[in-house]
Amino acid sequence: MAGRASVQGGKRGFALPQVPKLLVYVVGFIPAVWLFYAGITDQLGADPMRYLEQALGLWALRFLIATLAITPLRQLFSINLLRYRRAIGLLAFYYALLHLITYMVLDQGLDFAAIGADIVKRPYITIGMATFVILVPLALTSNNAAIRRMGGQAWAKLHRLVYIAAIGAALHFILVVKSWPAEPLIYGAIVAVLLGYRLVRSLGRRPEPRRRTA
Amino acid sequence: MLIRRPSDILPSEITPREVYLTRRQWMAGAAGLALAAALPEGLEAAPLPAAKSPFSTDEKLTSREDVTSYNNFYEFGVDKSDPARNAKTLKTSPWTVKIDGLVGKPQEIGVEDLIKESTLEERIYRMRCVEGWSMVIPWVGFPLADLIKRAEPLGSAKYIAFETANRPDEMSGLRSFLPVLDWPYREGLRLDEAMHPLTILAVGLYGETLPNQNGAPIRLVVPWKYGFKGIKSITRISFVEKQPQTAWNMQAPNEYGFYANVNPSVDHPRWSQATERRIGEGGLFAKRRQTLMFNGYAEQVASLYNGMDLRKYY
Repeated sequence: MAGRASVQGGKRGFALPQVPKLLVYVVGFIPAVWLFYAGITDQLGADPMRYLEQALGLWALRFLIATLAITPLRQLFSINLLRYRRAIGLLAFYYALLHLITYMVLDQGLDFAAIGADIVKRPYITIGMATFVILVPLALTSNNAAIRRMGGQAWAKLHRLVYIAAIGAALHFILVVKSWPAEPLIYGAIVAVLLGYRLVRSLGRRPEPRRRTA
Repeated sequence: MLIRRPSDILPSEITPREVYLTRRQWMAGAAGLALAAALPEGLEAAPLPAAKSPFSTDEKLTSREDVTSYNNFYEFGVDKSDPARNAKTLKTSPWTVKIDGLVGKPQEIGVEDLIKESTLEERIYRMRCVEGWSMVIPWVGFPLADLIKRAEPLGSAKYIAFETANRPDEMSGLRSFLPVLDWPYREGLRLDEAMHPLTILAVGLYGETLPNQNGAPIRLVVPWKYGFKGIKSITRISFVEKQPQTAWNMQAPNEYGFYANVNPSVDHPRWSQATERRIGEGGLFAKRRQTLMFNGYAEQVASLYNGMDLRKYY
């Protein structure tokens, strides 16, 4: 299974120490714990809500990017982190959830009329919300039971939705800022490279299996 | 022009002088401490004595710390903490402002002379950023109208155009690989807006000369408009016949209009302008406030826009 592939990587000289997956969650949640602590103790600057909201969203995007980086790292550099991908993907979901809760509760004060109007009228919020909705089924099926129940192929097909989520998350970031500052564009470029890599690879490979089946 | 004062401030409500002075002393002390910690050597803020003004609001001031560490000044970076970090490289003395265009007396004025020759007032104004946050800031300055009269505008002058210093050597944001705006920063006002007594040129903040990050040594403050209209570190003021180009309008004309009057019922295309967060109010759990028409200055300025479709002229 996935975990064993990294041993192979080890043989090629990339001996990555295996760490418990729990550690990925523990480390992954450090930013969230720090942010909430700093927010409550007034260490997030003049506009703490905005800082918290943006930082949680940014961490969601970072973890999303990290999950997308795992396949190219394995294929191009024989670095196998596949056994941590589920944990990293779930961290992306948890951060997106915290980001959404912060927006609804702290930013909008649970004013559902205003939230509804935002979702309908503001493209960046429409996109952000759609991205979150896409992540929900992926998070719910991120367990071995779901893979067994769905079958590997159907499961993999469903989880390709993460590509759409990554595009949505990057767009959501780019659309929220004024003008074209570098940071969201850099994140957008990273997502574009990671998805472009897959596109190029799939285009290059497509003819082969067809010949075999013929 | 008949200028009405806000009816909501009664003389009896204005803080008694003794109380005010004590508060001032305390604030000056606190500000001094904050300043000593925050400012690099050689950039000491000088005190600026100023008279009180009936145009001031009595709302709770945003702390000096927040006013001077959280703002937009894209010439020094796009993050709101960048100006406080990077703006000390700007050389603000000597500094001259060039006044040209359709005026009887084109001139270059040194800011120090301008301060000496002006009657400075403290104006405590609400400041509403187009991004949806607000502050209450005790500016020190003088009416822009005073300067306009000095220049003796010709009858053909209908608008005033402003320009910020454009000094890549001293302004790190101007050296960035992807220019955020088409520099120099430009702003403009209709002549009647510029002549309005609420419109000031600020040279100070919290009783002292402006810190660089807030637009030293001289900046525009138009309290009923979104903050980006308040152009900073002004080097040129031109009197023109046609509506001048303005930096944010050039960047995204559908998002930032020339007028940019605070208006809760005209949304930014990407976000609502109905509410705002008051900086320093309640921390993480602060509630949003309703944004007021013309940022609460409707009584004084609404007549400037009689008959105008404010959805069209946003």
